[in-house]
Amino acid sequence: MNAPLLSARGVTRRFGGRIACREVSFDLWPGEVLGIVGESGSGKTTLLNCLAGRLAPDEGTITYDSAAAGTVDVHALSEARRRLLARTEWGFVNQDAREGLRMGVSAGANIGERLMAIGARHYGSIRQTASDWLARVEIDLDRLDDRPTTYSGGMRQRLQIARNLVSEPRLVFMDEPTGGLDVSVQARLLDLLRGLVDRFHLSAVLVTHDLGVARLLTHRLMVMQGGRVVEHGLTDQVLDDPQHAYTQMLVASILPV
Amino acid sequence: MTTMLPVLRVSALNKSFVVHAQGGLALPVLRDVALSVAPGECLALVGPSGAGKSTLLRSLYGNYRPQSGSIQVRHHDRWVELVGAEPRITLDVRRRTMGFVSQFLRVIPRVGALDVVAEPMVRLGASPEDARRRAGLLLGLLGIPERLWPLPPATFSGGEQQRVNIARSLIADYPILLLDEPTASLDTANRDRVVELVRRRREAGAAIVGIFHDVAVRDAVATRLHDVALPGAQP
Ligand SMILES: Nc1ncnc2c1ncn2[C@@H]1O[C@H](COP(=O)(O)OP(=O)(O)OP(=O)(O)O)[C@@H](O)[C@H]1O
Ligand SMILES: Nc1ncnc2c1ncn2[C@@H]1O[C@H](COP(=O)(O)OP(=O)(O)OP(=O)(O)O)[C@@H](O)[C@H]1O
Ligand SMILES: [Mg+2]
Ligand SMILES: [Mg+2]
Repeated sequence: MNAPLLSARGVTRRFGGRIACREVSFDLWPGEVLGIVGESGSGKTTLLNCLAGRLAPDEGTITYDSAAAGTVDVHALSEARRRLLARTEWGFVNQDAREGLRMGVSAGANIGERLMAIGARHYGSIRQTASDWLARVEIDLDRLDDRPTTYSGGMRQRLQIARNLVSEPRLVFMDEPTGGLDVSVQARLLDLLRGLVDRFHLSAVLVTHDLGVARLLTHRLMVMQGGRVVEHGLTDQVLDDPQHAYTQMLVASILPV
Repeated sequence: MTTMLPVLRVSALNKSFVVHAQGGLALPVLRDVALSVAPGECLALVGPSGAGKSTLLRSLYGNYRPQSGSIQVRHHDRWVELVGAEPRITLDVRRRTMGFVSQFLRVIPRVGALDVVAEPMVRLGASPEDARRRAGLLLGLLGIPERLWPLPPATFSGGEQQRVNIARSLIADYPILLLDEPTASLDTANRDRVVELVRRRREAGAAIVGIFHDVAVRDAVATRLHDVALPGAQP
């Protein structure tokens, strides 16, 4: 608990002449869930992808306190080591579940693949763990051998979460995990995520445009506008006592959360 | 008189609100606030509506961010400064040292009342069974019928929600308790139950800061008063 798990320093990323995210710095401590909110195009996904090693920043560094290798500079690692890190110590929940799942193989294989990536080899126990996780995310066990192509959007998203959490990652990145789902499905998913965060002491970076989701799931919040972080603090501080004009506008323009 | 050392010390605290949509003028609410509270004391904040009582209480909890001054809390046998504290420090103080009863319960979708109440104790490492047992005890003391325990409080009446909220804030035996009108929407019988619980907590050594509009409640629980003046009023 005396070193940050993830540190960003001066992270900047441009696309052509346009700056998508600029000079972002923060520390994420073990057990913390950090929310990133802001309007469409403010740079949330760009920042998340930089943090998760999927997109190289033009400037700045991201360091991660890895279980396997101590502190590493995420973007200085070789592609192979970065992939290994992502497979073994991280999870990434995409907004679009189709991008985070292998649509051509069964649900069980989707979950099992992650277990094999961290060294599991025993077929019976992999299948058992896959079943346990399917139950945990409230998917009927008789769907274990079905492909995600036959799943609804909400089920796919829950499967994607199971696939990512089954290996008990130390850090999870999530991009709008409840986006595009109807309200009751969202509530179940939120409840699930909330329980998992508590139970596994997850550390996570969560992008959302929904302040209600942020209130429920995150400890801290960063508010982005035009690629910059304009406000940063405890989630309830930022939502109840917003300081920046943009945050005040954001909080004022929604129903009470 | 007790000679207990304080566990909460506030000095030179200033808080104003700047609402950008209203021209960005600063509304000063807290000016040079100083107070301290020792175990076994209950400090009641008094003052007219809009004076800043809730603002002060929320600042003590780290929910509102004062511009300057100091809020020190005795936490793990050390003094911790909350003004400008890192989020993880404030969160740790809230987890172990300081409880807050707000006027409204923030409902958590799909979680039943019993688990809503048990949660802070589970987070402190208690087993879910022990936490649920204690939660049931508190809900019982607060007159919430057992048939409601498994239900999410979203559909409860205002008074029921408030009592769930109180139970949630009392379950962890925090050494410091902040109460914002804990009896506001309760009938007399339930009000008396809350008063009794708060008094017992105080006698057991909690340091309490509260806002109690009801004078009978205030007389029953408070050991000292602290005046909060309307912004703009001359001290
Ligand atoms: N691959 C890309 N090529 C060019 N421009 C891009 C690319 N990805 C993002 N951008 C631009 O960078 C800016 C930030 O985009 P980003 O996707 O990070 O926003 P966002 O905050 O995630 O928005 P949303 O809430 O709509 O998902 C936008 O102006 C976007 O058009
Ligand atoms: N989050 C906020 N943003 C802007 N102004 C606020 C905020 N919270 C409180 N205020 C303002 O601060 C002043 C004090 O409000 P506060 O709620 O602290 O009063 P109070 O003494 O608790 O009143 P009451 O007895 O009516 O509850 C009011 O003018 C209020 O409008
Ligand atoms: Mg995005
Ligand atoms: Mg008030």
